[in-house]
Amino acid sequence: MRTGCHKADNEVNQYPVMVLEDGCRTCKESQKIKVGDVLEVGEDETFPCDLILLKSSREDETCFVTTASLDGESNHKTHYTVPDMETDILSLGGTIECEQPQPDLYKFVGRLSIYKEHQEHAVRSLGPENLLLKGATLKNTEKICGVAVYTGMETKMALNYQGKSQKRSAVEKSINSFLLVYLCILLSKALVCTALKYVWQSQPGQDEPWYNEKTQKDKDTNLYLKMFTDFLSFMVLFNFIIPVSMYVTVEMQKFLGSFFIAWDKDFFDPEIQEGALVNTSDLNEELGQVEYVFTDKTGTLTQNNMEFIECCIDGFQYKYRDSGGELDGFSAMDVIDGPVNHLQQKAGLVKEELFLRALCLCHTVQVKEWAGQEDGLGGLAGDQVDGGYSGPAEVPPAERQAFIASSPDEVALVMGAMKYGFTFLGMESKNMRVMNRNNDIETYELLHVLNFDPVRRRMSVIVRSGIGETMLFCKGADSSIFPRVRQEEVDRIRLHVERNATEGYRTLCVAYKLLSPEEYSQVDSSLQEARLALHDREEKLLKVYNQVEDGMSLIGATAVEDRLQEEAAETMEALQGAGMKVWVLTGDKMETAKSTCYACRLFQRDTELLELTVRTLEDGGRKREERMHELLLDYHKRAVKDAPPAKAGVTRMWSSANQDYGFIIDGASLSLLLNSSTDTSHYKSLFLQICQNCTSVLCCRMAPLQKAQIVKMVKNSKGCPITLSIGDGANDVSMILEAHVGIGIKGKEGRQAVRNSDYAIPKLKHMKKLLLAHGHLYYVRIAHLVQYFFYKNLCFILPQFLYQFFCGYSQQPLYDAAYLTMYNICFTSMPILAYSLLEQHISMEILLEHPILYRDIAKNGMLRWGLFIYWTLLGVYQGLLFFFGVRLLFSNPALQDNGQVFGNWSYGTIVFTVLVFTVTLKLAMDTRHWTWINHFVIWGSLAFYVFFSFFWGGIIWPFLRAQRLYFVFATMLSSVAVWLVIFLLILVSLLPEVLLLVLRKPRGPYSRQMKQQLPSSGTSTIFMLSQTASTHSFSWSD
Amino acid sequence: MMASSYNAKEEDGHVAVAGGGTIKNKKPDNTAFKQQRLPAWQPILTAGTVLPAFFVIGLIFIPIGIGLYVTSNNIKEFEIDYTGTDISSPCFNCSQSFSWNSTRPCICVLPFTLEQPFESKVYMYYGLSNFYQNHRRYVKSRDDSQLNGDINSLKNPTKECEPYARNEKVPIAPCGAIANSMFNDTLDLYYIDPNGTRIQIPLTKTGIAWQSDMNVKFRNPGSNTNLTAAFQGTSKPINWHKPVYELDTNPQNNGFINEDFIVWMRTAALPTFRKLYRIIDKKNHMTPTLPRGNYTLEVTYNYPVRSFEGKKRVILSTISWMGGKNPFLGIAYITVGSVCFFLGVVLLIIHHKYGSRNNSADIPN
Repeated sequence: MRTGCHKADNEVNQYPVMVLEDGCRTCKESQKIKVGDVLEVGEDETFPCDLILLKSSREDETCFVTTASLDGESNHKTHYTVPDMETDILSLGGTIECEQPQPDLYKFVGRLSIYKEHQEHAVRSLGPENLLLKGATLKNTEKICGVAVYTGMETKMALNYQGKSQKRSAVEKSINSFLLVYLCILLSKALVCTALKYVWQSQPGQDEPWYNEKTQKDKDTNLYLKMFTDFLSFMVLFNFIIPVSMYVTVEMQKFLGSFFIAWDKDFFDPEIQEGALVNTSDLNEELGQVEYVFTDKTGTLTQNNMEFIECCIDGFQYKYRDSGGELDGFSAMDVIDGPVNHLQQKAGLVKEELFLRALCLCHTVQVKEWAGQEDGLGGLAGDQVDGGYSGPAEVPPAERQAFIASSPDEVALVMGAMKYGFTFLGMESKNMRVMNRNNDIETYELLHVLNFDPVRRRMSVIVRSGIGETMLFCKGADSSIFPRVRQEEVDRIRLHVERNATEGYRTLCVAYKLLSPEEYSQVDSSLQEARLALHDREEKLLKVYNQVEDGMSLIGATAVEDRLQEEAAETMEALQGAGMKVWVLTGDKMETAKSTCYACRLFQRDTELLELTVRTLEDGGRKREERMHELLLDYHKRAVKDAPPAKAGVTRMWSSANQDYGFIIDGASLSLLLNSSTDTSHYKSLFLQICQNCTSVLCCRMAPLQKAQIVKMVKNSKGCPITLSIGDGANDVSMILEAHVGIGIKGKEGRQAVRNSDYAIPKLKHMKKLLLAHGHLYYVRIAHLVQYFFYKNLCFILPQFLYQFFCGYSQQPLYDAAYLTMYNICFTSMPILAYSLLEQHISMEILLEHPILYRDIAKNGMLRWGLFIYWTLLGVYQGLLFFFGVRLLFSNPALQDNGQVFGNWSYGTIVFTVLVFTVTLKLAMDTRHWTWINHFVIWGSLAFYVFFSFFWGGIIWPFLRAQRLYFVFATMLSSVAVWLVIFLLILVSLLPEVLLLVLRKPRGPYSRQMKQQLPSSGTSTIFMLSQTASTHSFSWSD
Repeated sequence: MMASSYNAKEEDGHVAVAGGGTIKNKKPDNTAFKQQRLPAWQPILTAGTVLPAFFVIGLIFIPIGIGLYVTSNNIKEFEIDYTGTDISSPCFNCSQSFSWNSTRPCICVLPFTLEQPFESKVYMYYGLSNFYQNHRRYVKSRDDSQLNGDINSLKNPTKECEPYARNEKVPIAPCGAIANSMFNDTLDLYYIDPNGTRIQIPLTKTGIAWQSDMNVKFRNPGSNTNLTAAFQGTSKPINWHKPVYELDTNPQNNGFINEDFIVWMRTAALPTFRKLYRIIDKKNHMTPTLPRGNYTLEVTYNYPVRSFEGKKRVILSTISWMGGKNPFLGIAYITVGSVCFFLGVVLLIIHHKYGSRNNSADIPN
């Protein structure tokens, strides 16, 4: 393993790279690259460090890279050379100033000063578009030259790997506290023995009888030193009580156990040809302990498969009539004349076309080069020429994939525009080419892109049309657009937007503004200035953006449907049934998110919604903070104080009598709550209490960081509940990292989430099995493993402790050294390992059918102190029984029918035999799922013990100084009395366990499944009711 | 552990391999093991299955227990303490006047009466109390390779034998505290027949040690015939009166393979123990081995126990198939059997009373 790593290291470190040095090309090992070296990288090569792109072999000063190994996005990204560069790299001289290395892959700020002879040096600003990241691969470009800015551990990729923190599961914390108890037991045992030893020795004649004299060295040793060494000897003698081997077994169990997740074929998604991915094996059991589920909406609850549904232009609604009745894909879209008629009937042609042009221009979509777009588009154009607007525009599948964008909304909008006759043909050196309805190609010069960011929630482009008009097109969320347009336009469109939002569509508003040349030049210069700024560039840009995007006029709004994931509702219902609280954290607007929640049955029709949003805060007309305080108190009274003490989530399945509450909060209110000037902790605790009594909580308009804040807040709340975050996009990474368990969905928004998650699954629906079946079983397995390990070591070492009372506290071991070492390694380790990998105390089907079973193990239920004490007492009971049972037998050591007597090693061997059999049979009794492996391992290790004992005692071992066990085991078995006592002790040790199992049965956890079966008809009625409720309140088709 | 290896892979720029070892684009195998669907036996302990078990255990254990108890009770055992702590004891003088250097053996005679005849073979044990043969320092103070006849160890005893490894630079054979403290009282048994004559009872001194010890574990250096030569250059243990090669006249019971010695070398488990000393064989079927009547025990008192408040005793016992007299097993079996039976009854009552409610829970899934 290690050598393999080393080899791989060498491969990376000594990878040859071309360096341009002193005007000539030399080959260097990649580990010797220094900051400032100018490198040459060819096509399909990986960048060895972070580079500033200086020169590209392409004519348009760009190069394409794919960052598949960085964030999993396989599309080609365009990077630009530093503007206005000299063509001759070799004679270039300059300095680069850039910020300190930071892990954000998408941020970079720097400045390049170029020195020229007899000239003032020129300054160029550097942004992320100039930076080529280590790990990315050059594509479609023959070669590039770049200067290294960050190398080695300072590259963004390396910085990103450092941040991953080690997550520790609740089980491990329990193990640690149990360990502390056992450490105390160990210490007290050693102390007691040491103390008693010296008390005993003070009696006359005991310390050094004539038959057992000390060596001279012993006698000379200092008394206190002797005491100390005695104490240490006792520690060594009893150290087996600390189950060191448990750590090895736990690690093995986790490592091997995690394979089952990756192997599960139910997690295999034929669409992406992938199964589940396990990034860490440390958290398997945590999957069985989840109390709070934080889920992203877009791409997680919903498919993120955007489809343009309708639009609204100037207050008139345009809708596609899809005769096929099918919603996915555009193949069914053969009715193009419909909307065209509508268009002509309702709004003016100019407005329409403006709107469609806006859709075509205001985006950052790329057209994929290799898709043969010339042919494809040519064909498409031909079709449209032939069939006019009524002709069936069959889009070839290759064309459908030809648009690439970071956000699927944009693709949907461009596709939508295409359906209405405006096709985006791609970029041609800063010119956007759009084919209009008359199949004329319009060219727009792209002047500026005001990129989307989650704070502004809008993006804009500034283009110059063929006739020289400079226009700004802006699209964004309604809340961010409405304040920036003329108010009289808003009212007409607001109605549509709100209606669309309640139907679960994602809405975007489109606005535009004509810029006069003077205005533009001012905008241009301020943008340039902001981009060149080295400090606070973000803020400056934001300020400029806000200035530019103002006073626009609203053209229309779009509605894009984002359909629910497969079985999203069923999954959510199962999770709630399992006692988990589901929180939806989304950046989307409240109405959309709310409708998704209804669709997912997170909110039911009778759920009372408690809203804490900007709207409700502004209702009272008073200061927001006062209003918030008032609302919080009111909600707290309703949801917490007046609610019956039973946990809301638990009762939900059974009684509809209890009022369900749902809580809605938005980002602004949350930040007000968290950053309130007074009494933050009070608000926070009120908020948490309310949320804990709500079945579901919806947090909308969340920035990624706020998502993490919420997770952190819940994670650190009273009782430290186990949290799970699930998401698919880069915006979910923060919450995935923050939560105890992070789950990534292999969705469409790149691989960021998957990369940072602990587990990745292809679909949301797989959550159900992952948590309810795998998580539950993993938890039960590991919890049992932990308890069993402590127990088996306790009853192993207790007889040895008791023996000290009979051997003058002389640290005489009861068992032979071979047994001491082999006990944990060979005799008792395999059965528990097999158990912890294979046990299914309840079959997976039943676990999936009855989510309520998940509650049996909630709150670390199998590692509570009560159970731990039970196991410990069991160990003590059995240890006492083993020792004193054999002690009573040895009150007459003549146990053979020939009158011969047994010695101390026979004593130990009898105790040990009873011990090995008892602990193995105890495990056998706990095993509910006997596969052939269990049989093999359990009976096999018992047989191995017997075989080993015969073997170990059958030979005079030449390397041993003392042949203690020679024929001890065989002689032992020749005695009937020993057989009888072994049987007796095993039976008596296991008897209370059997008895408890039988008596506990009706109340035990295993019976819950049975009880559950009885009212199952009732469950299904509730289930159906909720189904109808959701269809009633939301008709998707209408 | 997993996470780190995953990172390493990615940093190398390779495609991340799924944690489970499944390579991308590969559907997981649909095997019973990987899908956790191995055929399994799923036993459920219910009152229905456990109840009969309780009764069966009760029914088996009680007879066994009674059998054990009766057997143990039928074993004749007679014990006599000859430590001599009490002033009235015949051995009082011997115990008081003990000195290591005395050359004249001190002999004391203890009379005793057997109320019942010992019919079968009688085993004669000596017992010591408060003698820590299981003390760690003591247990390890031996050299098994020396005892196994290894010439090298004979001359160079292991350090474990300290301080009994060498006597004035001469290696001690057998070395160590165990050997040094070998029990060396001589016990003789006389029957006083009704007319007053003392008849010495013949004591067999073989067959008292484990066969495996006799044949393999203990061996004399060199041949058994010329032990004096074999032990040349070694010293006798300090407390012994005679060297190891003079323990017995029978060459098959001399030196390291002397059975008294081997018995002593098997360290006892508890500070109060007994060790087999002699066997009194049955003469014929007609007369009991030890008939009812008066006996005397003649003790050559060599072994001091007063210094550590020990006790010495002699035990005469017959033996059954389960060994010596020990009522523990019988009582334990009877108790456990009865408890099981009683529990069975209680469970049966519970099962019947509340059975209808539990029945639904007994349906296996």
